[in-house]
Amino acid sequence: MGNKILMKGAEVLGEAAVKAGCRLYFGYPITPQNEAPAYMAKRLPEVNGTFVQAESEVAAINMLYGASAAGHRVMTTSSSPGISLMMEGVSYCAGAELPVVIVNVMRGGPGLGGIGPSQADYFQATKGGGHGDYKIITLAPTNLQEQADLIFKAFDLADKYRIPVMILSDGLLGQIMEAVEYKDEIKPEDLAKKEWAATGRDPKREKNLINSLDLDLDGLERHNHKLQKRYKEIENTEVMCEEYKTDDAKIVVVAYGTTARIAKTAIDKVREEGLKVGLIRPITLWPFPSENIKNALQKENVKAFYVFELSAGQMIEDVQLCVNAKKPVNFYGRLGGNVPSPDELAEKIREIY
Amino acid sequence: MNDMKQIFKVTPLLTKTKRSYCPGCTHGVIHRLVCEVIEEMNLFEETVIVVPVGCSTLSIHYFEMDTVQAAHGRAPAVATGVKRALPDKTVVTYQGDGDLASIGTAEIVHAATRGENITTIFVNNGIYGMTGGQMAPTTLEGWKTTTSPFGRDYKKEGYPIKISEMLATLNGPAYIARTSVHNPANIMKTKRAIRKAFKAQKEGLGFSLVEILSTCPTNWGMSPVNSLKRISEETMKYYPLGEYKSVEGL
Ligand SMILES: Cc1ncc(C[n+]2csc(CCOP(=O)(O)OP(=O)(O)O)c2C)c(N)n1
Ligand code: SF4
Repeated sequence: MGNKILMKGAEVLGEAAVKAGCRLYFGYPITPQNEAPAYMAKRLPEVNGTFVQAESEVAAINMLYGASAAGHRVMTTSSSPGISLMMEGVSYCAGAELPVVIVNVMRGGPGLGGIGPSQADYFQATKGGGHGDYKIITLAPTNLQEQADLIFKAFDLADKYRIPVMILSDGLLGQIMEAVEYKDEIKPEDLAKKEWAATGRDPKREKNLINSLDLDLDGLERHNHKLQKRYKEIENTEVMCEEYKTDDAKIVVVAYGTTARIAKTAIDKVREEGLKVGLIRPITLWPFPSENIKNALQKENVKAFYVFELSAGQMIEDVQLCVNAKKPVNFYGRLGGNVPSPDELAEKIREIY
Repeated sequence: MNDMKQIFKVTPLLTKTKRSYCPGCTHGVIHRLVCEVIEEMNLFEETVIVVPVGCSTLSIHYFEMDTVQAAHGRAPAVATGVKRALPDKTVVTYQGDGDLASIGTAEIVHAATRGENITTIFVNNGIYGMTGGQMAPTTLEGWKTTTSPFGRDYKKEGYPIKISEMLATLNGPAYIARTSVHNPANIMKTKRAIRKAFKAQKEGLGFSLVEILSTCPTNWGMSPVNSLKRISEETMKYYPLGEYKSVEGL
């Protein structure tokens, strides 16, 4: 641990990656995360790393695929339209079991949309996004300290399960400045060697093949079952969630990322007025913290859920799956890059309390 | 028998796996040449080969080298990632003309202009083989394909793309050549070009590419022999053979 450094959110992504042992970054400019590639372009040469400005996000994700296939930690950052372009590549990474870290600093959509903060790419991140039956671990920071910590976590999880990991950040977390304290630096040479990587063949070992093709139907089915088994294991072991004042709550707010941060302030406000309101904040969006929701559902004191998102309602579907129509699930979302104020959310809570 | 000298053997860098290629397809010849050059230049232990989407996707099982299978057209980007991670290794892409000259044009142009220190083997058979014979960006006038059933008409479908000529205008490439494998003399020339391309990479001179005019007897609807003839009588006329770029010192 070092001391606290005041940094911009997009730069925190870069510095945390370097400290987590990442020496390769490929990306393409897009607002609101341009400070991340700019930071890496300056920072990586200091540690003998490589920064490449790719010709497109399509190329960028495939460069990640190559660097990961060669056994190295690698990251890209982008924002919604760019992430859409990467989806084929992410599916390939999932199929070929390649650990990569992708950051989506989400902005308003659809289409070119706008550059304000958004959470409208939740479905894309947590439900596949690209083609085929696959999942990627999706992590949602709520402040810059957590954004830094989750980058370390993302690289570890990616390597542990040979799976793509996405950090679902947003325009606010990309652009604000906060003081951050980084975890101890990891040296790339201290990381476990990836025996499966395509590095040029030592004749004493089998050939290493990085591949997602299997034209044998049974072979591909077996491969899929293997992936599904891994996804189950991840669901059983890697869920992360914060609960805030849920013990006696009558209303349980469910929100993540930037929205959770605003919701917390709103909850503190209404608590001062005597309203019993708590927060469930998923940190892993996939695997989704279903148990936290189900536990809340069991509690007598919990009368209803309230989902806040910067979308027209995406995570709410995962909440509804857990609640299974047994208690009301309310929803309030802001769209287009707009962010609600704490007062706005407090008022929403009062309306249904 | 005992005084007979062995003058030819199959390169051990090709696996014994049964090949999926059609009879008379020149993908096999090109595989052999690539492996022979890697063997002769002693590069086996340091080579990573990136294979495309196309008939040669199945080469994931044919090379003894460590292999990375890339999405359609993206092999140069994938190879860029491999090479940047392992700058001391030899990184090769093997790509067809649909893969390289259509869906993957952005990736090949930018790998070339970055001077990415990789080698591309570009197999130009003027058609999409794997998907059953559709028009490629390299298909010549009059050639009938499933998507140009009346024969390609330049006025309607535009003109075939000349990749070697195009890439040779860039500053990044160290070596660009077009060769053919329609007869033994040209097969030998192709091998020499491949060797030169690998040499460019070994010496860190920049991007190298060998475009190889190849056949697809199955989707051309021709016998293997007539397919070879078509290369010399038609393909080579539109796509002249030769070195389009070779930097000083190569
Ligand atoms: C994104 C995507 N689009 C289309 C395809 C289907 N596809 C597979 S191979 C191929 C064409 C390959 O032709 P070429 O590169 O000329 O190689 P050949 O098979 O002739 O050796 C196409 C279009 C695909 N696999 N992926
Ligand atoms: S379809 Fe054409 S390119 Fe593919 S293996 Fe057969 S002959 Fe070769």
